[in-house]
Amino acid sequence: MKILVAVKRVIDYNVQVRVKEDGTGVVTDNVKMSTNPPDDNAIEEAVKIKESGKAKEIVAVTIGEEKAQETVRKALAVGADRGIHVKVDGIIEPLAVSKVLQKIIEKENPDLVFMGKQAIDDDCNQTGQMLAALLNWPQATFASKIEVKDKSLEVTREVDEGLETIEINIPAVVTCDLRLNEPRYASLPNIMKAKKKPLEQINASDLGVDTKQRIEQIKVEEPPKRKAGIKVSSVAELVQKLKNEAKVI
Amino acid sequence: MSVLLIAEHNNKEIRPFTLNAITAASQIDQDLHVLVIGKSIDAVCKSVSEIPNVKKVIQIDNDIYENYLAENFTPVIVKQAENYSHIVCSANTFGKNLMPRVAALLDTSQVSDIIKVISPDTFLRPIYAGNAFATVKSNDNKKCVTIRPTSFDPAQTSGGSAEIIKADSAEASTLTKFIKREEIKSDRPELGTARIVISGGRGMASGDNFKLITAIADKLNAAIGASRAAVDAGYITNDHQVGQTGKVVVPDLYIAVGISGAIQHLAGMKESKIIVAINKDGEAPIFSVADYGLEADLFEALPQFLEELNKLNTIQK
Repeated sequence: MKILVAVKRVIDYNVQVRVKEDGTGVVTDNVKMSTNPPDDNAIEEAVKIKESGKAKEIVAVTIGEEKAQETVRKALAVGADRGIHVKVDGIIEPLAVSKVLQKIIEKENPDLVFMGKQAIDDDCNQTGQMLAALLNWPQATFASKIEVKDKSLEVTREVDEGLETIEINIPAVVTCDLRLNEPRYASLPNIMKAKKKPLEQINASDLGVDTKQRIEQIKVEEPPKRKAGIKVSSVAELVQKLKNEAKVI
Repeated sequence: MSVLLIAEHNNKEIRPFTLNAITAASQIDQDLHVLVIGKSIDAVCKSVSEIPNVKKVIQIDNDIYENYLAENFTPVIVKQAENYSHIVCSANTFGKNLMPRVAALLDTSQVSDIIKVISPDTFLRPIYAGNAFATVKSNDNKKCVTIRPTSFDPAQTSGGSAEIIKADSAEASTLTKFIKREEIKSDRPELGTARIVISGGRGMASGDNFKLITAIADKLNAAIGASRAAVDAGYITNDHQVGQTGKVVVPDLYIAVGISGAIQHLAGMKESKIIVAINKDGEAPIFSVADYGLEADLFEALPQFLEELNKLNTIQK
């Protein structure tokens, strides 16, 4: 079995995101970037399946500017065998990402495609589902447990009401929740080895996919600031304020 | 121009978030139709027809729709979508799972998780877990939009009398099989929808100490949250995690106990209506977002808090 894992480079989750003064976006210059956190879970799950002997090859794919390669190198350092970087500059919407991935999948023929449930930059939560639709494959979103069977997967999904279990035929797209596993860290020797693993670069324009934005970003602004609060001197005062001033208890 | 809203229900009654989505949908256009897909859903459709904002109910009733599977729902939604300018639903796990599958087949770039309708093609949505707000304009002919339920009031549920029409089902998908759903049985409200949330952080110092939080949560009928630091330290399971990589909550009252206020935690709770912070470090960043800050040792403050609550004879539920 072959697993393709899609990873995205985003602003690190520990960075305080700042809005640009001209309202065109957020500041990314000299800001720490990392792999989108649930994409790390997607890679980890693929590596675990390979270690269990149920998968032969893991291909890590990213789509984005030159530096997006770093996320593929990281995936290679924790166990992916080969990388693909589809180069495109600027904002690329989930619909276009899923079309690019569809082209890669037509070439690579994986049995499974894993990715994070959502990217923590645009918070869209769309790519996996869109890709599954374009391929007419089943989808398992928000996966917190994956059991590989003969020609199917049994997937437990995190839904609002609790947990849902579905069985999906292979090939399939799975989007991974943070609860799926604990992503491992790359060891230094593995980081060195990853530098020798193959990483193919493709231009998005060569794939014949229209990556133009369909959604105009008119402005990006700071969320409204909270008005300054007060310090209370005792628990009794706090409870009185909550009861009589805020009227929330 | 008409709007088609996909209802979420359990074949018996409508799920509450759909009512919030109805409010947003009717702000896009008054001509709002609701698509109800399920098994033996006469009662659900009748209740939807009584929502004053709803102009028409489309019922697709078939045994194959007993359990909600995106692979089964998508073909009938795409077919119904022909007649509409907007397809909308709530941005909870139901809508997040379903809408992109529909949007891709309509070749539409979806607008996710809107918090405000500015005009029928322009919306406000949070990005970076609410650290920035983006105003976006969709240039697709057909627009697919999901709605953050907590940003809109629920629609009125009585007084209307919309027409109910029946529409055809499609072939069942063989790709996916529903196995089971385990609903978390808890007397406590869900973290994502609770009116009051009380969360503990690394300052709790142990999992056992969360019983101080639990006692207050019981008293206030609150959900229990936690910071990533508390989860990473193993004090509590990660389904309680509030923050950018956990759940985003917007309760009427959020009480942060022993939480310093890391960026990633603030991203998950700073839209709460009233925020209380209890922390012994007066310089902790959590105080910068708190309406009421109490600089105190939580191990003294929490028992006192419970005692004060017990003195009140009325607590809103």
